[in-house]
Amino acid sequence: MAAVAQARQTALAARLAALALPEGGVTRAARAAALARVQAMGLPTRRDEYWRYTDPSSLTAPAAAPAALFDAQDEAPIFAALDRLTLVFVDGIFDPEASDPLELSGVEIARLAEADRADLHWAQGLYGVLEAAGQNPVARPLAALNTAAATDGALIRVTAAAARPVHLVYEHKSKTSDVILHHCVKIEPGADLTLLETGPAGARFNKVMEVDVAAGGRFHHVRVQGRDHDRRAATHIFARLAAGALFKSFTLTANGVLTRNEAVIDIAGDDAVAHVAGAALGDGSVGPFLHDDTVFITHGAERGESRQVFKKVLKHGATGVFQGKILVTPGAQKTDGYQISQSLLLDDDCQFLAKPELEIYADDVKCSHGSTTGALDDTALFYLRSRGVAHDEAVGLLVLSFLADAIAEIENETIQAEIVALLEGWLARHRG
Amino acid sequence: MLEIKNLHVKLEEEDKVILKGVNLTIEPGTVHAIMGPNGSGKSTMSYVLSGRDGYEVTAGSATLDGADLLAMAPEERAAAGLFLAFQYPVEIPGVGNMTFLRTAVNSQRKARGEPEISAGDFLKLVREKAKTLKIDADMLKRPVNVGFSGGEKKRNEILQMAMLEPKMCILDETDSGLDVDAMKLVSDGVNALRDAGRSFLVITHYQRLLDHIKPDVVHIMADGRIIKTGGPELALEVEKNGYADILAEVL
Ligand SMILES: Nc1ncnc2c1ncn2[C@@H]1O[C@H](COP(=O)(O)OP(=O)(O)OP(=O)(O)O)[C@@H](O)[C@H]1O
Ligand SMILES: [Mg+2]
Repeated sequence: MAAVAQARQTALAARLAALALPEGGVTRAARAAALARVQAMGLPTRRDEYWRYTDPSSLTAPAAAPAALFDAQDEAPIFAALDRLTLVFVDGIFDPEASDPLELSGVEIARLAEADRADLHWAQGLYGVLEAAGQNPVARPLAALNTAAATDGALIRVTAAAARPVHLVYEHKSKTSDVILHHCVKIEPGADLTLLETGPAGARFNKVMEVDVAAGGRFHHVRVQGRDHDRRAATHIFARLAAGALFKSFTLTANGVLTRNEAVIDIAGDDAVAHVAGAALGDGSVGPFLHDDTVFITHGAERGESRQVFKKVLKHGATGVFQGKILVTPGAQKTDGYQISQSLLLDDDCQFLAKPELEIYADDVKCSHGSTTGALDDTALFYLRSRGVAHDEAVGLLVLSFLADAIAEIENETIQAEIVALLEGWLARHRG
Repeated sequence: MLEIKNLHVKLEEEDKVILKGVNLTIEPGTVHAIMGPNGSGKSTMSYVLSGRDGYEVTAGSATLDGADLLAMAPEERAAAGLFLAFQYPVEIPGVGNMTFLRTAVNSQRKARGEPEISAGDFLKLVREKAKTLKIDADMLKRPVNVGFSGGEKKRNEILQMAMLEPKMCILDETDSGLDVDAMKLVSDGVNALRDAGRSFLVITHYQRLLDHIKPDVVHIMADGRIIKTGGPELALEVEKNGYADILAEVL
């Protein structure tokens, strides 16, 4: 035990030595508290139970491993056809020139690096708060490190139905960029926002997003993590839902050496709904691929509904990881919790490691989970081909059919269609 | 014209021989029926002709208009004009029936070097064909065969056939699971497709279907061979007396 603790501290010391921690203005206290938290925890190692399937060493190393720049020339800019407000971050630094003016009816938007210089800001009540709460019962040191060290991010407060979606566009232009971004989103009672995120944020990327949805608020989130092969990312979404709130998040991940997406959701008010979904596509023949979805949903109120729908398509030695938990606290009666994690192995040498968990302390609840891993259905493939559909196209149709439940978690049909087009593009490029 | 000569087939994974020298020639514009006891190899023959994995052809040949079917991928056989209505149509969750149909139609067009059908023309065509088979809009929207009743699945097979307009149609027990009205619908659908350039091979256990789809030739298959060939009266004989006499005659 002592050896593990020592390894954690060694990793942290090396990491901190390579970082210049911003002093912070309104976030100063939160940053100091986060630093103390991570100092108590150290950084994760392979020997941590929570990192058993995913080696965190390249995420915790003092410097980012260089990542080749990737130009998705063959793809139209994602969501460009949507009427939306874009905020561009280049290697983790907000680019006002490339962004739209930060004006949107029903929404206040500020840049973290700027707001932090003010004396007073609404984000003070949120920055680091949900992250800190999310450290229990499982430690998430990379998120605490993020709160202490984040250099930029978007602070978004929504007071009504947002006139348009907000789109965070990430661009990766430096081969060695090591990005730490921290976003805060506050949805006031009854307000409504769709948040889009696209692109690889840097060579290495540590991102935290805290989302506080007040009573009756609605938050839709759709994220496309890029196609670059060398990407390494650790992301956390911390969400807190008040009574009647709705939270829906979908992530599409293609390629990437290492991606760990954590979602930590606290259903704190009655009748709240939280859905988290993801589709990940990995082809080991273009480079190593590991994708890890780690989800922790706490039902702390009555009649909550949660759904976790995670699908992975793996080929040529790709690895998929899923760790998902539903925790139902003693008072959370009439909870409806559902979790499914599935992988489709397109050949024999891939692996899918899944750890689904239910922990239930209330007696009147409905909770289920399932995890499957399997190959394409030969009979279905033959049926399609017997109708004249070429082999690769038939495989594509079956892969899309496998992903359908996850894609269905996206409510907006235009966005859904765009995600399907991205999936089709990937499948067409990764035949055979 | 479909020509099967001395076709011998065994299972790939075991030493089990299923077809033991099938000879069958089907001229354009004709309807042939195959009857025969359970397990005699009727479905196996239709799978081998359409290219399903798991079988090994140890001798013989099968050609469609002179082209070697056995050398082609299943999708190439389809593009060449072969169609199999499955005894057990396959459910494909997550793929919409319409998407499936359009992909199939366009894939075959592409393979033949024809342009894709426009979305509008396709829709019109599907609606028209679906209507005659009493397939409602809801069934078209649902995933392929998922939650369809047995009879609905069979009607959906015929819809696919009507959309794809193949030259050689094999119907494997399309009548099983159909109620009397559905049998009439399906038969009308098949009869509407009959023309001088198109042939049918109808696999069935019952004369009833052949009342609606009148065959020119009837074959009896037993133990991997066609043991008797005759006219429509052969089906009536089977209906009346079963297979015992015919089998005894051959032995
Ligand atoms: N994949 C397989 N594995 C094992 N046995 C098989 C396989 N496919 C076919 N068979 C066997 O081959 C024989 C022929 O089967 P087939 O399905 O072709 O018969 P059939 O004439 O269509 O029968 P039915 O009238 O019952 O539909 C049967 O004994 C069957 O069990
Ligand atoms: Mg059969």
